[in-house]
Amino acid sequence: MAALTQAAVGAEAPAARPRRRGGLVPFLLLAPALLWLVVFFVVPTISLASQSLQTGDIDNGYTLTWHFATYADAMSRYWPQFLRSIIYAASATLGTLLLGYPLAWFIAHRAGRWKNLLLVLVVAPFFTNFLIRTLAWQIILTDNGPVTGFFRATGLTNVLQAIGLTDNNSLLGSQFAVTCGLIYNFLPFMVLPLYTILERLDTRLLDAAGDLYADGWNTFWKVIWPLSLPGVVSGTLLTFIPAAGDYINSKLLGNTQTVMIGQVIDAQFLRVLDYPIAAALSFILMAAIIILVAGYVRAAGTEELV
Amino acid sequence: MATTTKATPGDLKLVALTRHFDDFVAVDGIDLVVPGGSFFALLGPSGCGKTTTLRMVAGLEEPTSGQIMLGEQDITGTRAYQRNVNTVFQSYALFPHLSVLDNVGFGLRQRKVADWRTRANEALELVKLADRAKQRPRQLSGGMQQRVALARAIVNQPDVLLLDEPLGALDLKLRREMQIELKRIQQEVGITFIHVTHDQEEAMTMADTVAVMRTGRIEQLGAPSELYDRPATAYVANFLGQSNLLPLELRGAATAGLVTASARGVQVVVDAGQLPADAGAGLQLGIRPEKLRLLGPGSDGVANRLNGWVTDASFTGVATTYLVKMAWGQELTVTQSNDGSARAGLGDEVTVGWDPHQAFVLPAGAD
Amino acid sequence: MAWLRRNLVVIIGLLVMAYIMVPNLVVTIFSFNKPNGRYNYEWNQFSLDAWLNPCSSAGMCEALGLSLWVAVAASLAATVMGTMAAFALGRYRFKGRSATNLLVFFPMATPEVVMGSSLLTLFIAMGIPSGQLTILIAHILFTVSFVITTVKARVASLDPALEQAAADLYANPTQAFWKVTFPLVAPGIAAGALLAFALSFDDYIVTNFNAGASTVTFPMYVWGAAQRGTPVQINVVGTVMFFGALAIVGIGQLIGARLRVGSRRKEAL
Repeated sequence: MAALTQAAVGAEAPAARPRRRGGLVPFLLLAPALLWLVVFFVVPTISLASQSLQTGDIDNGYTLTWHFATYADAMSRYWPQFLRSIIYAASATLGTLLLGYPLAWFIAHRAGRWKNLLLVLVVAPFFTNFLIRTLAWQIILTDNGPVTGFFRATGLTNVLQAIGLTDNNSLLGSQFAVTCGLIYNFLPFMVLPLYTILERLDTRLLDAAGDLYADGWNTFWKVIWPLSLPGVVSGTLLTFIPAAGDYINSKLLGNTQTVMIGQVIDAQFLRVLDYPIAAALSFILMAAIIILVAGYVRAAGTEELV
Repeated sequence: MATTTKATPGDLKLVALTRHFDDFVAVDGIDLVVPGGSFFALLGPSGCGKTTTLRMVAGLEEPTSGQIMLGEQDITGTRAYQRNVNTVFQSYALFPHLSVLDNVGFGLRQRKVADWRTRANEALELVKLADRAKQRPRQLSGGMQQRVALARAIVNQPDVLLLDEPLGALDLKLRREMQIELKRIQQEVGITFIHVTHDQEEAMTMADTVAVMRTGRIEQLGAPSELYDRPATAYVANFLGQSNLLPLELRGAATAGLVTASARGVQVVVDAGQLPADAGAGLQLGIRPEKLRLLGPGSDGVANRLNGWVTDASFTGVATTYLVKMAWGQELTVTQSNDGSARAGLGDEVTVGWDPHQAFVLPAGAD
Repeated sequence: MAWLRRNLVVIIGLLVMAYIMVPNLVVTIFSFNKPNGRYNYEWNQFSLDAWLNPCSSAGMCEALGLSLWVAVAASLAATVMGTMAAFALGRYRFKGRSATNLLVFFPMATPEVVMGSSLLTLFIAMGIPSGQLTILIAHILFTVSFVITTVKARVASLDPALEQAAADLYANPTQAFWKVTFPLVAPGIAAGALLAFALSFDDYIVTNFNAGASTVTFPMYVWGAAQRGTPVQINVVGTVMFFGALAIVGIGQLIGARLRVGSRRKEAL
C-alpha cells in the first residue's frame, strides 16, 4: 500500500542521492525497460504524429504529405467535445479534491485503529473492475431506483435540471451522472497522495494554531493547505490526466450530449477508420494536457511528480 | 568472553596512503603504525580525511596510492568482505529485517562458523543485551542499537575494529557511559580499536594514542597527555582544549634548563627542553588557562608574571574562569580552581603568573 | 453544535467512504439477483444461480482466463524489467539519468486513449496483427513505469551503509544483494507487481485498441455485455475480485506490520 501511494505521489524525494558510478552496469540494467519504452512509446508517438500528417485511405494506403489541414479540420469539427472533456475533467478533479481532502484528513488523523482498514477499503476498488463498478452506477442512478426517487421527492431533480446538469427528470444519461462517475472512479488517486502528505503533518502544530486563532478556517488556509500543496498537486494531476482521456463514464452514464473526446478518437480509429484525423485528435489531446499540466505545475511551484 | 581473546594481533601499518576525489585530496600520504591491541583515535574536524582513512582500512574505499599492511600481510588490494577488519558504522547500519541475534550472527554465518548462535549470544552478553536477542533493531533505543552494532563487529574477533563516530548520535549522558563501556570492552577483548571522532574529549578519554588530522595529513600523534601538554602546533593546541598564545623572542642562553625570552616586551623564562628544533619563523609561547594563576600577595617567587585587568569572570562550580585584558589588548583566559586561592572581581587590576615547565613553545607562522 | 463542528470532518469522511463503497455493495447484492430480462439493473428475486453456474454466460470464463493470463505475464515481465531499471535509476549516477526519469514518467501522464491509439498506428505501420501479442506488449508498456516508480522509491530510501555493513561482515557482493538488499526492497517489488497486475487486469481502453476482433479480455467482455445485456455472472466475478483484493491487501498489511518492514510511515514518526 505504501508503495502504491508512492507510485501515486510519483518519485518521492529519495533519502540518499545515488552516488555510485557503475560503468556499464546501470545501462545493462536499464536496457530492457528502456528498449521497451523507446520502441513502444517513443516510436509510436512519432508514428502517431506522422500518421496525423498523412493523406490517403485505408484501402490504398497512406503517404506523408504534411497535411496540416487535418488539424484545422479536426478542431473545427470536434472542438465542443474537446472543451467538454477539459470541463468534465476539471470538474471531476475539483470534485475529487473537495471529497478526497476531508476523507484523507479523516483517515490520517481521526480514524484511530480503523486507519489501515479504511486505507485498504479506499484502495480495494483499484483491484475490482473499473467497468463493473461503473455499471453499478447505472443501477444506482436508474429511473426506478431509490436515489432517483429521493432526488425527485426532494425536488433536487428540478434544481439539477435548472442549472443544466440534467436534461429531464432522470439522473442517468446526464452530465451529472458522468461527473459523478468520474469523481467516483478517480477518487482513490486523489485520496492516496493527500493522505501521504497529511499523515506526516504534526497535529500538535495545528492544536497550537487552533489555540492562537479563533478561526479554524484561518488555520486551514494558513497552515494546513500550504503544507499539503505537494499532495494536492500530485492528486489533481493523477485525476485530471486520465479523466480528460476517459470515455467509459461518458459512454455508460451519459447521453449523446456528453460525448467526450476519447469517444471520438475511439470511433475514428476503430469504426470510421479515418486514421489521420484520429491521430490528429490524439495528438491535440496529448499536447493540450502537456501544456495544461506544465503550466499548472509551474504555477504551483512544484516539480515533485517528475 | 575471555575465550575470544587471542594472541596479540599484528600492527596495522599505513604507508603513504593517499586518496583523491577528482581534484580534492582527501587523504594526503599518511604514514602510520597502529600497534596491535591498542586503542587508537583519529581526531579532527569534519573534512580532515579521518573517515576516508577509516573507510580505506575497512576496504569500503580504494586508495589512490599507498599501502595498507596488517601484520606482515598487504591487504591494500583486498575487498571489504575479504578483510578481517570490522566496522561500527556511524548510523549503526543494523539490518532492519533481521533480529538482534541474526544481526550479531551475520558475520559468523557468513564465514560458516558452526556455533554462531552461542558466540553471538556471548557477544550480546558482553554488551549486556542478551535479553533483547529476539527483538528487531528498530525496537531498541539508540544506545542499545549502538551496542548491538558493537557486538556485531566484535563477535568476529577482527584483527582491527573500526569505529566511525560511534557515539555521535547519543545524548551527552549516554555518551559518557558508552565511553567507559567501550574502553572496558576493548581491554577485555584486546582487539585493536581505531576510533574516528571530532570530539577531543571523547578521543582523550578512551584512546591510548591519538592522531590529530588536518587536511588529509596527520598533524601530531601521541598519548593524550602528551598532545595536551606538548602540542607541536597551534592547530593541535587549539583543537585539544583552549590555549593562550603569545609571540616569543629568545634573549639569552640556557641556564639550569631555563632560557630568558621576551613576550610582548615582558621578560619571561621558558623551559629550554621545549624549544622546537626549527625556530626559523619565530616562536610562540602557549599557556593553558588552568596553568595560569591569579597571583596574590606573597607570590614574588614566581618568575613569569603579566599585569592586566579582569574584564569577565564566570563561576562554573569547580572553578572560575576570568578574562584578563593585557596592555596590548589581548585577553588571556585564566581558570582558577575554587580551592581557596586568590579571587578577583570585575575591573580589578591583577597579576597572572605561571610555572615555566607548565607552558609550551610552538614554532610561529603555522596557525 | 460544537460537537457537530468538531466531528464535521469525520461525518464527511464517512459519507465519502460510503460513496466509495456503495458501488461495490451494489455489485455484490446484484450478484444474487435473478433479473427480469437481459439487463441486471433492477432487483427482481433472490437467486444463487449465477454463483452456482459462473461459467454459464457464454464466453465470459474464456475472457476471464485470457485476462488472468495476460495480467500474470505482463506483470511478471514488467516487474522484472522495472525492478532492474529501478535499481539502475535508484542507485547509480550516469549520463542521461534525468532524461530516463522523464521517459519513465511520460507513459503515466499520457491518456490511455492516446497510448492505445499510438500503439495501434505502430502495429498497423509494422503490419503486426492485433491479438494476444499486441495486448501483452501494450500492457507491459503501461505497467512498467508504475513498477519502476514504486521500486525506485524503495531502492533510493535504502541506507547505503547497510550494504557496506554486509560487505564488512564478509558477504561478497552477490551475498550482500540476496541477504540484505533484496529482502529490504522486496516489499516494494511485491507492491509494484500487484499494482501492475491490477492495472493490466482492469484495462479496457488500451486493450480495446490493440486486441483485434477475435481476442476478448474480461473488461472487453463486460463492455460488450453492457451494450447487449448484462449477465449476473459479471457481478459474481466483480464480487470475488473485490473480496479477494481485500484479503490480499489485508494479508499483505498484516505481514508488513509484523515484519515492520516497508513502513515508511513509522520511520517518519
